Amino acid sequence: MTAGYEAVIGLEIHVELSTESKMFCGCRVEFGGEPNTRTCPVCAAHPGALPVINEKAIDYLARIALSLDCDIPPGSIFHRKNYFYPDLPKGYQISQYDQPFAIEGHLDISVDEEDIRVGIERVHMEEDTAKNIHAGASGRIAGALYSLIDFNRSGTPLVEIVTKPEIHSPQSARVFLNKLKNLLKYLEVSDCNMEEGSLRCDANVSVRPAGSSELGVKTELKNMNSFKHLEKGLAREIERQTGLLAAGERVVQQTVHFDFATGEVTPMRSKEFAHDYRYFPEPDLAPLVANQEFVDRIAASMPELPDARAGRYRRDFGLTPYNAEVMTSDRKLSDFFEECVRHFNDPKLVSNWLMGELLGYLNATGGELADCLVKPASLAELLGMIESGKISNAVGKEVFAEMCQSGKKAAAIVEAKGLTQISDTAELEAIIDAVLAENPEQVAQYRAGRDKLFGFFVGMVMKKTRGRANPQVINTLLKEKLS
Amino acid sequence: MTVAGLIELNALEAAERLQNGEFSAVELVEAYLGQIRRHDPAILAYLRVSEENARLEAEAIDAAPDRPPLGGLPAAVKDVLVTEGIVTTCASRMLENYRPIYTATCIRQMRRAGMIILGKTNMDEFAMGSSTENSAFGPTHNPWDLDRVPGGSSGGSAAAVAAREALWALGSDTGGSIRQPAAFCGVVGLKPTYGSVSRYGLVAFASSFDQVGPITRTVSDAALMLRHLVGKDPRDSTSIAYPKEILIPEDRDLSGLRIGVIRELVGEGIDAGVMAVFDQTVKNLAIAGAEIVESSLPHAEYALPAYYILAPAEASANLARFDGVRYGLRAAGAAGITEMYETTRSRGFGDEVKRRIMLGTYALSSGYYDAYYGRSQKVRTLIVEDFQKAFGAADLLISPTAPTTAFRLGEKTGDPLTMYMSDICTIPVNLAGLPAISIPAGLSDGLPVGLQIIGPAFSENRLLAAARGAELAIGFDAAPPLGEVS
Repeated sequence: MTAGYEAVIGLEIHVELSTESKMFCGCRVEFGGEPNTRTCPVCAAHPGALPVINEKAIDYLARIALSLDCDIPPGSIFHRKNYFYPDLPKGYQISQYDQPFAIEGHLDISVDEEDIRVGIERVHMEEDTAKNIHAGASGRIAGALYSLIDFNRSGTPLVEIVTKPEIHSPQSARVFLNKLKNLLKYLEVSDCNMEEGSLRCDANVSVRPAGSSELGVKTELKNMNSFKHLEKGLAREIERQTGLLAAGERVVQQTVHFDFATGEVTPMRSKEFAHDYRYFPEPDLAPLVANQEFVDRIAASMPELPDARAGRYRRDFGLTPYNAEVMTSDRKLSDFFEECVRHFNDPKLVSNWLMGELLGYLNATGGELADCLVKPASLAELLGMIESGKISNAVGKEVFAEMCQSGKKAAAIVEAKGLTQISDTAELEAIIDAVLAENPEQVAQYRAGRDKLFGFFVGMVMKKTRGRANPQVINTLLKEKLS
Repeated sequence: MTVAGLIELNALEAAERLQNGEFSAVELVEAYLGQIRRHDPAILAYLRVSEENARLEAEAIDAAPDRPPLGGLPAAVKDVLVTEGIVTTCASRMLENYRPIYTATCIRQMRRAGMIILGKTNMDEFAMGSSTENSAFGPTHNPWDLDRVPGGSSGGSAAAVAAREALWALGSDTGGSIRQPAAFCGVVGLKPTYGSVSRYGLVAFASSFDQVGPITRTVSDAALMLRHLVGKDPRDSTSIAYPKEILIPEDRDLSGLRIGVIRELVGEGIDAGVMAVFDQTVKNLAIAGAEIVESSLPHAEYALPAYYILAPAEASANLARFDGVRYGLRAAGAAGITEMYETTRSRGFGDEVKRRIMLGTYALSSGYYDAYYGRSQKVRTLIVEDFQKAFGAADLLISPTAPTTAFRLGEKTGDPLTMYMSDICTIPVNLAGLPAISIPAGLSDGLPVGLQIIGPAFSENRLLAAARGAELAIGFDAAPPLGEVS
């Protein structure tokens, strides 16, 4: 960012909820599938059909609102947002307007060790559109040879989360979106799959002279549907706006399109977004009541949230902020961690193992924790074997890899492969004697003062024992023999 | 019993005699199909007669060991209610060949009770109008005078019942569309409390006003049909479980009832002939024991303008789904999506529908919303309060149903505002969501005049009991002069 300027970013995030059925009808919610197989008179907007609110979706919405520490007014209403487009079967979207479900929340993020609180303007409920597939070169409706519409997505519950313009760098925007995504997954309200479109992000961005409190003219970046896309697109647009301001030119309020492949930012034709949506209250639905009883019920059903959990891990377990954050980035991981700690009370060691070995393995294989063959109790058993000296740390890692592959217990693997740590002095003494006898030159050099060779002898012993030798016993014995 | 005798029976009578085995459902249905063949070419109440289906259903009912409560009673259904597999047009070119993929809840309920559908009746396009002249398929003629309109928008249903082309019928009422045609055709029309009958499958005109209800020959028949229409529908969030069973009213007088004459809906603006019948009716009600009081709806004069903002606003969104994309008319040869929308909607909708879509779109536009939609909602609240106050001093309210008797075809089509005035007495009721009934009160120059009785929300039993008392007090027994078959 050019010195002297500050970027101001606000995000609008759309989240498809992972409810069983759609927002206003009983059709199943699922990604993909044979087109137009999950439709009915309601979500295909046949004459006379009426919407009925999916209460589960409202429960999920309330979970999101509470997790963002929002105020939930006692009542909110649905509005009709009117516009014509082939993917919008009713000719209006049922959404919320001036009385949204929740307002005034926040989400705290940490960027380069700095804690930042990002305000949440509103959280509201709406429905997703159908999916247009335009045949033709551009993939856009203009100039398409023909267009096909798949109504399977039509009416999927969609939650819109709008932040305040309180994000000041592309990196912070990415961190925010990542944390929000983790939170939503943690709440088990959405699978947040950005590739499938269940989490979508638009960004409003403007630039102003540093120190100014006025907002500059903003542009809107639509469909920033990956973290890289968001960060790169914002960086590029901020650069463009800063360049304009620095040259004494003006930013035009418009929607801009970011081409990830070329890195170009181009304005979209104003016609594509100049809408008067003619919002008015949806007469087919009663106001949404969120009385204290409802809010209390949802609050009681909420899990301990990631930030609170991370705080507890730092306080009670002594984890570093980084380890605590990673351990709470995913609810299943958190649960795994805590259960493991219940069986093996060394939280720091457990978290290091999970971060180093378990997440490493899942990353490498692209697997999910839920499908992982290693369960918390068996990992705890493995760590116990290392702690008691039954196996070495190095062997432990090897055994862990084997556990992931086969799902066998650590003890069974150690036994079958004969990996038990050798701590028996007599047995190790014989091996050390053999190593020293085989390497008279190195022994002489060591005795002449080359201390560094000590590691060489340890390595040779390890090699002969295939890593099973107890390092402490080797150290003691080697020192004795070489002195 | 002769065929002519069969179609003179009202629904209660027909149900009892069917139950006693005096005649069969097939005979009853054939009697009506015959009457339709004889008279509908001149009246044009039906858009479609389902002869074959009606016969099959009647045979099935005759063959069944147990007869359901309304088993074998044939009805006409306004073409605004969707019927699976049976073309449902809303009297619009837009839906000329549209075959719904499901059936409206209220029709399913009636069918479950054994009702047979004779056919779908004509109406103003998408229920927008007061004369049935806005049908894309031509107007319906009033059985009392074929040169006159039957009223609207449920003109086909009202004309069919008046002409004995149906035992009874289903209509829908957004601003008077059941009551006004019932008045023009000399039959009974009941608009139930908003929310008591499911709207699922009723093609929406103005969602917060629309309500399905019966058009019948007698008050008791209206009660009988309503009993099977009410109920909470899980598919309609605005429907409510009706608090009690709808009763068939007993024959009794009106003693103990305080009936308020709505000051703002009598006198000026109401035809002298209509007022003469109304005044005589009020006297008859008093003779029958009613205590007549004067009531007031101070904001009634704003009801019509508020309605013509709010209903078109809702309609502008409700009719957006007719876009040529999924069903119904699609204009061929359009160069792109915008042109396809424009051509389809230009060709598919008639003038009145377009007028209301434009009115509503304008009223909701950025910068105009508060001045039009916002203010109209406030008027709506004031009218709700007016009624609440009025019901503090009267059990029921009355007025003429319409300011005139049936007017001539073409008389008002050139002047929408005059046409809109036709619903001046009925619209306040829809703004407040209340139940109201129109019953025949007499004739003026040979044309029927309706008496409107209005009750508080969910007071249908009281309303029907009073209407039955009024029906006895009035003793209306005229019938339309149906000519012999040419």
